[in-house]
Amino acid sequence: MRTLISALFIGFMSLTSIQAMAASGGVHLDPVELDLSDKASLQRGAKTFVNYCLSCHEASYMRYNRMAKDIGLTDAQVKENLMFASNKVGDTMTVAMRAEDAKKWFGVTPPDLSVISRARGTAWLNTYLRSFYLDDAKTMGTNNTVFKDVGMPHVLWQQQGYLSHDEETGHLEHATEGELSNYDYNVMIADLVNFLAYVGEPSKIQRLELAKWVLLYLFLLFLVVYPMKKAFWKDIH
Amino acid sequence: MFANLMGWVDARFPATKMWEDHLSKYYAPKNFNFWYFFGSLAMLVLVLQIVTGIFLTMNYKPDAALAFASVEYIMRDVEWGWLIRYLHSTGASAFFIVIYLHMFRGLIYGSYKQPRELVWLFGMFLYMALMAEAFLGYLLPWGQMSFWGAQVIISLFGALPVIGEDLALWIRGDFVVADATLNRFFAFHVIAVPLVILGLVVAHIIALHEVGSNNPDGVEIKKNKDKNGIPVDGIPFHPYYSVKDIVGVVVFLFIFSLILFYAPEFDGWFLEKDNFVPADPLKTPEHIVPLWYFTPFYAILRAVPDKLMGVMAMGGAQGLLFLLPWLDRSPVKSWRYRGPYFRVALTLFIISFLALGYLGTQPATTLYTNLARVFSVIYFAFFILMPFYTSIDKDKPVPERVTMK
Repeated sequence: MRTLISALFIGFMSLTSIQAMAASGGVHLDPVELDLSDKASLQRGAKTFVNYCLSCHEASYMRYNRMAKDIGLTDAQVKENLMFASNKVGDTMTVAMRAEDAKKWFGVTPPDLSVISRARGTAWLNTYLRSFYLDDAKTMGTNNTVFKDVGMPHVLWQQQGYLSHDEETGHLEHATEGELSNYDYNVMIADLVNFLAYVGEPSKIQRLELAKWVLLYLFLLFLVVYPMKKAFWKDIH
Repeated sequence: MFANLMGWVDARFPATKMWEDHLSKYYAPKNFNFWYFFGSLAMLVLVLQIVTGIFLTMNYKPDAALAFASVEYIMRDVEWGWLIRYLHSTGASAFFIVIYLHMFRGLIYGSYKQPRELVWLFGMFLYMALMAEAFLGYLLPWGQMSFWGAQVIISLFGALPVIGEDLALWIRGDFVVADATLNRFFAFHVIAVPLVILGLVVAHIIALHEVGSNNPDGVEIKKNKDKNGIPVDGIPFHPYYSVKDIVGVVVFLFIFSLILFYAPEFDGWFLEKDNFVPADPLKTPEHIVPLWYFTPFYAILRAVPDKLMGVMAMGGAQGLLFLLPWLDRSPVKSWRYRGPYFRVALTLFIISFLALGYLGTQPATTLYTNLARVFSVIYFAFFILMPFYTSIDKDKPVPERVTMK
């Protein structure tokens, strides 16, 4: 019996580790550290998001005032600095561009980014946003190592500069310099990804907050029910 | 006062009798171990699914144009919506974990054997209903995996000769999975199948309480009664097992909460990444993978080159489980006193089931398909050869009374 259980356990453990390896799908993805309590990072990410993403992409399940509360801003601050497409803080983050027009211009409607961090994963986003390279064969002039033949142009070219792709080594190197150093650009993307992770599941903040109280309660409950069981069973041999 | 009230009720409804028959004077063997927690836990998860399901229904929209957004609405704008939804989605996987462990208990201790054949059969029907319920429910979030998973599974009906294509069309209500499909799946998921499940649970428990519980020694405690007609090795379910099961419930909820609060997607096993992309009939995902609890059967389906034969193999893999009480010829119930043939066979079976479960999640490469074939053969051999190896097995003598450990 015992050997059977340990065999099953080992089997399960190897199963989970293989699953973790398979998730990258061949391309090496750079993981990014997420911190939903880092309000400054979330605010910087939000700024990048509304300035560069929200002109084409929606986050149509995310409300401005919910975001304000969660990332430590007032409604007025959000209205002043982060709202270009709408003036009601109770609105969701939608764009004015019509889906049909977007499809005509980019060949595909830019996807809603509300849950993109959960669909793609944050490591994927973090790598994708840093992996645009010059490709004359493409209409937009750029391609991406993570997302081949992507319709989106390199929106952040001013910050990162343009990269070129070495076919042989697969490395990406600067063709032109951007306004930001590599380090600063990486920070910018990390903040943006952190923000997208927040947008993917705003309730995660409450979830993690509530977790410890639930677990503490169950632990205390165990301290009551286990001795109770022992007391009832003391005469059963 | 209270006695008077109970007397009044009992004269009109057998409240006290039912309480005694099923709880305070239902004598269960005193030697239940770890594996005996999962029956009551299954009941707990069932109640959890029903209650959270009711609350989800209040905000969910069974409409192809609104479904995906309504789930996100629940996750963001509904008070405690995220908790209710995660309880339901984590609960679905927890249900299968609990049920698989419950069935495993039945296998190792021979709980399906005479006189508990009907307990096993009702349980198997429950398992089938549960799989139907999970499959129907998985369409509702209307993500890519919801859509394409349903598309693949329903198309399996199309493999049946003559009526196949028409049957698949009839089930979908459209030429592809569409709004009509979503709406009817919703109806089945929230009312039809749950009613079946509840009815079967009642039948499962009534049958169990009629014959009495098995135990880790596979000894019938009813063979050894005292002068009052109470089994010597039996203890009343309430309070002994009610207080014990509460401990099980608290430990289960602790582990359940760890997953729910810290890893509700469980790295893609409980909530698949692709299901955060809204259903798109024009874009087939790279790998269409059913959720983990279906993958053993999915692997068997794919292991067979011919589609119709594959569907039959998958059906057969489930059908054989129903026949277990009649395939097993050994007079001994429990693993503890079984001979080496059964022990080896069961171990191989469990390994095959888990391996098939893993292979069902992976792309069907040549190596994996061949592996799936090997494990499928072992899976079927476990059942088909069972009448032979159990009748010639070198079983050990079974004790007269139950043992404590």
